[in-house]
Parts: sequence; C-alpha cells; structure tokens
Amino acid sequence: MGNNTVSMNLNLKIWRQKSATDKGEMVDYKLTDVSPDMSFLEMLDMLNDRLIREGKDPVAFDHDCREGICGMCSLMINGQAHGPERETTTCQLHMRSFKNGDTIVIEPWRAKAFPIHKDLMVDRSAFDEIIAAGGYVSVNTGHAPDANAIPIPKENADLAMDAAACIGCAACVASCKNASAMLFVSAKISQLALLPQGEAESKQRAEAMVAKMDELGFGNCTNEAECEASCPKGIDISNIARMNREFIKGGLTNR
Amino acid sequence: MSSRLTRIVGSSIVKKQAMAITGLLLCGFLVTHLAGNFLIIYSADAFNQYAYALTSNPLIYVAEAGLAALFLGHIGMAIKLTLENHKARPQKYYMKKPTGRGSTFASSTMPYTGMITLIFLVIHLINFKFGPLYMTTVDGVEMRDLYRTVVEYFASPLNVLWYIIAMVALGIHLSHGVWSAFQSLGFNHPSYTPTLRMASKAFAVLIVVGYSSLPIYCYLIQGGH
Ligand code: HEM
Ligand code: FES
Repeated sequence: MGNNTVSMNLNLKIWRQKSATDKGEMVDYKLTDVSPDMSFLEMLDMLNDRLIREGKDPVAFDHDCREGICGMCSLMINGQAHGPERETTTCQLHMRSFKNGDTIVIEPWRAKAFPIHKDLMVDRSAFDEIIAAGGYVSVNTGHAPDANAIPIPKENADLAMDAAACIGCAACVASCKNASAMLFVSAKISQLALLPQGEAESKQRAEAMVAKMDELGFGNCTNEAECEASCPKGIDISNIARMNREFIKGGLTNR
Repeated sequence: MSSRLTRIVGSSIVKKQAMAITGLLLCGFLVTHLAGNFLIIYSADAFNQYAYALTSNPLIYVAEAGLAALFLGHIGMAIKLTLENHKARPQKYYMKKPTGRGSTFASSTMPYTGMITLIFLVIHLINFKFGPLYMTTVDGVEMRDLYRTVVEYFASPLNVLWYIIAMVALGIHLSHGVWSAFQSLGFNHPSYTPTLRMASKAFAVLIVVGYSSLPIYCYLIQGGH
C-alpha cells in the first residue's frame, strides 16, 4: 500500500469501564509507530501489548473471525458504528483510513438492551433472545436437500440472500438514534419469509420476534436509515417495510 | 386472546403505524383546509359563506371531534414514542456523527418541527377561531365576518412572518413524514419508493407555498399597512 513506510502517531480516547456496574470514563492514550497497514483491531492489540508490558489492564474488546463474517467486532469509532468506511466491519477497517496525528474516539455500542460487560465489550444476548423467539424454521432438516428440489423465483432467492447477509453485529442498533433493532429483526424475518421453507411459520414469526424486541427495550424506528448506512453488509430498510407488512399479516391471520 | 390483542396493538410497529395513519389523515385535512382558505382570494363573501356553511352545519361537531382526535392521537403517540426512544439509550455517546447517507435534517428534527406545529396550532386557534368576532350580512344572512378577522391579523408583518416560519417547520416535518408514513405502513418497493420520496418533498413544498401565499396576499391587499 502506498504509504506503508510511514508510521503514524495517534491519540486514542477510549471508553474504560471495569465492570458492568463501574461508572466508566474516557481515557486518553498515545500510540506511536502505528502502521497504516494494520487493521483497527491490530492497532488495539498493539496498545494492549504495551499496556500488559506496563502491568496495566488491557482494553477489552470483542472480536472473533477478523475477516468480516462473524459479527463479533463492534466499536463506535469517531462517532460512527464500525468507523468511517462504508460496508466495512471494524476488523476489516485499516489504519490507512486515518491520518498521522489523528485523535480517534473509541466507544462501545450503547443501548439499554446491550449492557456493558467491560470497556468496549457489550452483552448482545438480546439478539439471541430475539432469534430464539422465532428466527428459525422448526422442521427436522435431516440431510441437506437437493438444491433445486423446491423451485424459488430468482428475485426471492436474491432478496432472501441479501437479508441473510446480516452478521448480527448490531451496528444498526448502535448507529440508530433510537437504539432500535428493527433492521436486524427485519433481516432475520425477511430471510425466512421470502423462502417457502420459512413462509409456513411467517404468521407467528414476526409477531413473536417483534414482541421480544419490544420487551427487551429497544427503541422505535423513525425511518432515518442510519442503520442501513452503517450496516457492514449493506442491508436496506426495505426489509423493515417487509417486517411491518409481515407483522400486520400475522396479526390479522394468525390463529 | 385479549393479551395477544394488547400486545399487538401496543407493539412498536402498530404505534408507528398509528403515527403514520394519523399523520396522513392530518395531511388530508391540510389539503381541504388550504382549498377552503383560497376562497379568501376569490371574495370576502365567498370566504365568509364557506366558513358559515361549515360552522352552521351540526356535523361540524363530529368533524371537529374527529380532527381533535387525530391531533391528540398523533401528538400523544409522538410523545410516547419519543420518550421510549430516549429510554432505549440511557447513556449517550461521547461522540456521535451521522453517516451522511441516512438521516436528514428533516428526519432528525421531527419532534421539534412537530412541536413548532403544535405551538402554531394553539396560537392559530386563538387568533382566528377564538379571535375578534365581527359580523356581516351576506345575501340577507347574518354571519361571522371571518374574512375581516383574518385580513386584520395579517396587516402585521410580524404575524405574516411567524405564520410563514411555522409553515416552513410544518413543511420540513412533512418532507420526511409523508414518505416515512408509507414506510411505516409497509410500502417500500424499488418501483415506486424513489417517486414516493420525491412526492413527499413536493407535497411539503406545495403546503408551504400554498399556505404562505395567503398571509402574503392579505398583507399586500392592504397596501402594506
Ligand atoms: C398538521 C399537523 C401534522 C401533520 C400533517 C403531521 C404529519 C406527520 C406524518 C405524516 C408523520 C410520519 C409518520 C411516520 O413516520 O410513520 C409524522 C411524524 C411525526 N410527527 Fe407529525 N404531523 C403533524 C403535527 C405534529 C405535531 C403537532 C407533533 C408534536 C407535537 C408531531 C410530532 C411528530 C413526530 C415526533 C413524528 C415522528 C414519529 C416517528 O417518526 O416515529 N406532529 N407527522
Ligand atoms: S471479528 Fe468477525 S466480523 Fe469482525
């Protein structure tokens, strides 16, 4: 990469919070010799390496695959979910997106439904609870079926696939000014509702998942589409409209 | 069963849809109200007769009650949803920046433009409905000279200015609101969504220009008083 010989010096402002009950505060760190080719998480690894050497508590943050597919990494970077790049998870964000001397503000996702474990790590079990409420197909699947056994229109297959790209990272909730989970829930409803295997239970599904979402204390959508703009997988709010239709359909027809 | 009904009716989605339906019906009111107001330009008598026809019809109480219910429903729901949304993020971000690809000025100021509209509405009712009472006779029928009340009010440039400012706020509210209402009701499709978004803005402009033109007209016919 063009300027990979130039290392960067950064000022980091990181949310530190010892435990769920600790008050927490923003703490300043200076980090030198950061390579523009590092990923954002490698930059944090570098900071943690130093903190450990100094005998200090490293910064806790979530991550797993580091290749943009698992949805574990989170981080509000300079006020934007997953940072400044479009359709890019934090783990796929690179330091070349920043300049030497930049101040970078790093915070955890903030929502009532996502309590903070420690530092930048939040508890996203609320999403699991929503899935458990109805985000599945309850048939015994057995062996993988023949790919073309059930004909599905290409358009539906594509739309279902687009919705299924959701990795459940919760950037939608984090970026929404109302901390609404509607993009996530609507993607999970859509990926099933659009396919014959999932259509069968679609009457109950939207109702059950939305009820759980409401119960967990997520906010209400105001159709601003910050979720769509922040989604690392480019999931769009037409899914939310579909969920709204599915909800009414279920409300009127489910017995 | 009844708990299922309350859960559905009390759900985030139905609350949003109540917002949407009351909002769209209020848009219907805006159009009819504007059409009636244009009689001011046609003639004083026509305007007064129109107002008289409305207020002397006993059905006006039903219509007014319906309209009040729409406003109260819309405002009540707006307050409820906005409070819930605040509660959903008890601890705010140290830094929060819009992406520039999602929210707009209009979308992020809905509670404020709504509030301005509400304040306007109260002042509007005080000035006109419960404003100075003049009488006139048209075709032998004695009736309220609402035309005079209106025209006198708009002799003051400050009143004209406040009216226009309020209309601009309402227009901003609608430029996001109309499209948003359709989205809440489940209308979103690549074949018409871009048109709907445009139409939402066009409708807002129509309302702002339409409503603002009348105070300006009233002010001008009095030679700038
Ligand atoms: C003539 C008067 C009004 C009209 C025509 C109108 C119209 C609308 C429409 C069409 C929406 C979109 C609904 C949706 O997003 O589903 C909306 C939303 C909203 N309105 Fe109004 N409105 C009016 C007055 C008010 C008033 C007086 C208030 C508050 C005091 C208010 C507060 C709001 C708020 C906060 C929203 C956003 C709700 C949300 O997005 O969840 N509006 N309005
Ligand atoms: S760590 Fe898996 S998506 Fe970022």
